[in-house]
Amino acid sequence: MSERASDVMISFENVDKSWGDNHVLKHLNFHVKPAEKVSIIGASGSGKTTILRILMTLEHPDEGVVTVDGDELWNVTRGRRIRRESKQMKLTRRKIGMVFQQFNLFPHLTAIENVMEAPVQVLGMSKEEARERAKGLLDMVGLDKHLDHKPHRLSGGQQQRVAIARAMAMRPKVLLLDEVTSALDPELIGEVLGVIRDLATSTDMTMLMVTHEMRFAEEISDRVVMFDNGTAIEQGPPQQVLRAPENERTRRFLHAVLEH
Amino acid sequence: MTWDNEFALSILPDLLGGLWVTIQATMSGILIALALGLIVAVIRYLRIPVLSPVFGFYVQFVRGTPLLVQAFAAFYILPDYGIVLSPLITGIIVLGVNYSSYTAEVYRSGIEDVGTGQWEAATALSLPVRPTWTRIVLPQAVRSIVPMLGNYWIQMFKDSAILSLITMNELLNVGQTIGSSEFRYLEPLTIVGILFLAVSYPAAVLIRRLERRLALTS
Repeated sequence: MSERASDVMISFENVDKSWGDNHVLKHLNFHVKPAEKVSIIGASGSGKTTILRILMTLEHPDEGVVTVDGDELWNVTRGRRIRRESKQMKLTRRKIGMVFQQFNLFPHLTAIENVMEAPVQVLGMSKEEARERAKGLLDMVGLDKHLDHKPHRLSGGQQQRVAIARAMAMRPKVLLLDEVTSALDPELIGEVLGVIRDLATSTDMTMLMVTHEMRFAEEISDRVVMFDNGTAIEQGPPQQVLRAPENERTRRFLHAVLEH
Repeated sequence: MTWDNEFALSILPDLLGGLWVTIQATMSGILIALALGLIVAVIRYLRIPVLSPVFGFYVQFVRGTPLLVQAFAAFYILPDYGIVLSPLITGIIVLGVNYSSYTAEVYRSGIEDVGTGQWEAATALSLPVRPTWTRIVLPQAVRSIVPMLGNYWIQMFKDSAILSLITMNELLNVGQTIGSSEFRYLEPLTIVGILFLAVSYPAAVLIRRLERRLALTS
């Protein structure tokens, strides 16, 4: 186990998930190495966001085992009732951070309070210490001038950068990025991608992102995974999957996305 | 019939006494509605078998029947079962119980107004249950709950006039008594109206101001 933990950060073993008749994940086996940057692409409804949501414990699998950094997050036998929040899950979950499509900042808190909240409430950090950490992170995402602004006074791009700083405040080993630029005006996408690019190149955090930004995925990913119909139909280095896809459905998907 | 200033002035102290009763009844009713409404809302939220549906029916029942019918029922029927309360106490309880059903719904909608994204962000940050409620959900819910409650409080203040019909000695009742004994309704009823407005209008302005201050964009 210890040897496996060192070369596998995220593992999905035989994970199944359905919404009624919609079989979004079909006995998925999927692994991500430590520090690896993986982009998941595919049409909407292909199950790619569900992978992130299961990792963040926002959804539960119907069946299968999910581990993060060698620790079990989910171990579900079909038909057995799920105790939503086991102690093990809560501990493992702390290693994971997530940035959402809709930012989901806390609207009643300022930028710096948003970032301080989890270190104080979860890690029991003193306010002073949390403030220092939050300042550093907001500085990193270029918002050192907006510490005391509430979200409604920030642009979408700025809000998403606060959200990235907030996720980073827990020093996660795994960062999940769920279509983080999809809700942004085109002119604001660049500043958010810039921050993610910096994170990707300067940290050894494992990053798993669902994205429609094909050029960005090509630039920063170690691996691109094409999802269709609940399974990974093609994966490999970005140049291969995005430039010379072997699967017909990948080709059609890329054609449609890039045309657009 | 012309307005008689002297008569108006002479009845003012009695009417102010009536207003004081109205205010006390409203305040007490508000306290009952706040507490009972919270109990109802929490039990419905927890989805306890049997109990939660019973309280759901309670809300529908209380909201679906007129306040006056409830007041009459409490005033005329309860004594048959040995429960004898003063008109004031009866009125306060009826007002409080009636509005507890609205208050319960206000709490519920206030909490539902806090989007699922907020809950998911709290989960993603591993926030435990307690700070998720006390630091994320409730502070946001309060912002929509307080103005909604405020509007119901003003409505309760005005609705308390209905309780004059169960002989509660509130403002309208005092005005009516003066009118029937002096055979003059112009002054007492005019002053009654003015006194209701003198309280409800500033209260409404205050609540609007509070709403603006609590808004998330301030």
